[in-house]
Amino acid sequence: MNGSPSGLLGRVVRYFSSMGGKYGVEWWILCAGAALVGAIVLMAVFSGYIAPFDPYDQAAGPQLSPPGPTHLMGTDNLQRDVFSRIVFGSQTILKVSVMAAIISSLVGITMGLVSGYAGGIPDKILSLIMDAVYVFPGLILAIALAAMFGPGVINITFSVAIIYIPTYFRLVRGQTLAVKQELYVEAARAIGAGHLTILAKYIFPNVIATTVVVFTLNVADAIMIEAALTYLGLGLPPTVVDWGMDLAMGKKFLPSGMWWLVTFPGVMISLLALGFTMLGEGLAEILNPRLLER
Amino acid sequence: MGHLIRYIVARTLMTVPMVLILLTIIFAVLRLMPGDPVSAMLGGHAPEHVIELKREQLGLNRPLHVQYVDYLWSVCRFDLGDSMVLQQKVTDIIAEKLGATIELTVFGMLVTVVVGVFLGAYAADRRRTLGDSAIRLYGIVVYCIPVYWLGLMLQLVFGVWLDWLPIAGRTGPRVFPSDFERTGFYLVDTLLAGDTESFFDVLVHLVLPAFTLGLTLSGIFVRLTRANMLDVLKSDYILAAESRGIPRRRVVYRHALKNALIPILTMMGLQVALLMAGAVLTETTFSWPGMGRLLLERIYLRDYPTIQGVIIVFALMVAFISLVVDIVYAVVDPRIRY
Repeated sequence: MNGSPSGLLGRVVRYFSSMGGKYGVEWWILCAGAALVGAIVLMAVFSGYIAPFDPYDQAAGPQLSPPGPTHLMGTDNLQRDVFSRIVFGSQTILKVSVMAAIISSLVGITMGLVSGYAGGIPDKILSLIMDAVYVFPGLILAIALAAMFGPGVINITFSVAIIYIPTYFRLVRGQTLAVKQELYVEAARAIGAGHLTILAKYIFPNVIATTVVVFTLNVADAIMIEAALTYLGLGLPPTVVDWGMDLAMGKKFLPSGMWWLVTFPGVMISLLALGFTMLGEGLAEILNPRLLER
Repeated sequence: MGHLIRYIVARTLMTVPMVLILLTIIFAVLRLMPGDPVSAMLGGHAPEHVIELKREQLGLNRPLHVQYVDYLWSVCRFDLGDSMVLQQKVTDIIAEKLGATIELTVFGMLVTVVVGVFLGAYAADRRRTLGDSAIRLYGIVVYCIPVYWLGLMLQLVFGVWLDWLPIAGRTGPRVFPSDFERTGFYLVDTLLAGDTESFFDVLVHLVLPAFTLGLTLSGIFVRLTRANMLDVLKSDYILAAESRGIPRRRVVYRHALKNALIPILTMMGLQVALLMAGAVLTETTFSWPGMGRLLLERIYLRDYPTIQGVIIVFALMVAFISLVVDIVYAVVDPRIRY
């Protein structure tokens, strides 16, 4: 039976339910999150095949028509197909939020590692700065940055990335401080390992595990910040297809009851953020068994 | 008592470097970034000498370090300069809008705490039941709903479809704030003026924005209260209370909840940043004439002194509230000392 499709399927099903039995609800939260994120990623990758219309096509159908068989999510005031704009909009928000999280994690983790390992006055000053940024409302900082940088996909990515650097810095620095006291780090130093070797081989692997969870939750947050900025009319030029901008446009037609223009982009932003949050929550509980008794 | 005073003094002193760093970051972001405020303000087509004159008037042609010291000194004197768009002092413009934002955030927080703490305590009491799972799910889902979209949905349902509540502004068309305005907090002002009709008008306008802001943040409080309550419910004194025959409901909602609330207080301090970010977005959705809406209006107008002023006031508010929360925490829980 080994290797046959049905045998493989059976093994997959057995594996999933055994994990479910081991970790309980958390495993299923993780799976649901992964499924949501996976579905939206597929939508972004295969946008051209899924969307029935060009998202910019201003003659896709009648103006402001409610959802129906030809236009699953209706049309907007410029006669564009809302469903096609939703499908293509997934590309923008995924690109910006994931890239922003990657940038801030790279910068934050590096700074946290080096600062925590080096210690001394520079570390104290850097920590003070990071703490100050951490308590300041991230969105307001992002608004200021986006206003200064001007519209553009790269610009909004950096505006979002900068506000999360302190999150990684604080986490990694704290753990570096703890790990560098460990006996095995001292042993490494005793046998003559250089600073770079100690950082890369002894400290970094012990610090990185928790950042995986933070990264996932960070993407969820970045999704809501990206959409918030574009909802406010900042960050992206009007030529880009984006859920937040569609939401802002739909808002104008809300008092006249055009529900589909605000409902669908909002549902998508929430689902995408929910997917990453569930993924993060599931990972957190599974990687940290102490929490399981709750 | 001496310890408490020493803690308060130390904690207050710690606020100074934080505020200084925030002010420096704001200065750096608004001055060192690409884009020249003056040419942007004058529309980009102004002749060179007009731009030069304007730069000189605003002191933007001086060396950066001089500008920086001058900037810090004016913030110390609570002088945020004049608006570039309207001939008005920035502090006056902000004073006009601050009440609206504070009124919104206070009521938003109230909704958050009431909904969050109640649901969290209930879930902990009924651990591993259907109700518990539903509340935990609510906690995760509501956290992922963007506050601006929740606002739009509530507007659609309660404002447009059911037509129960107003969806924009602080007052209706037949109420004139100038009749009663004193403190900027309209609920207080209308009561002081004894104008019950306006009071109810202000109140109905507050319902949707406050619930929008409050519900999105309640998810965190649900989770936190639940986790704290589970810890507290395991402790010996709860068992002791129950074995003395005190009804379960009283043990959970009086004895346990009181002790679970202390860590929640510190969480409130950390949520201030989220609350303010949420307020900026809620104000935009509900055309609420507060600081957030002012900030965005002025960003479109490129009114740099006002933008800077609003962000400074947000920074000062964050620093002040986290200071107050920490002090209250120390007073409530005597174990917190330096």
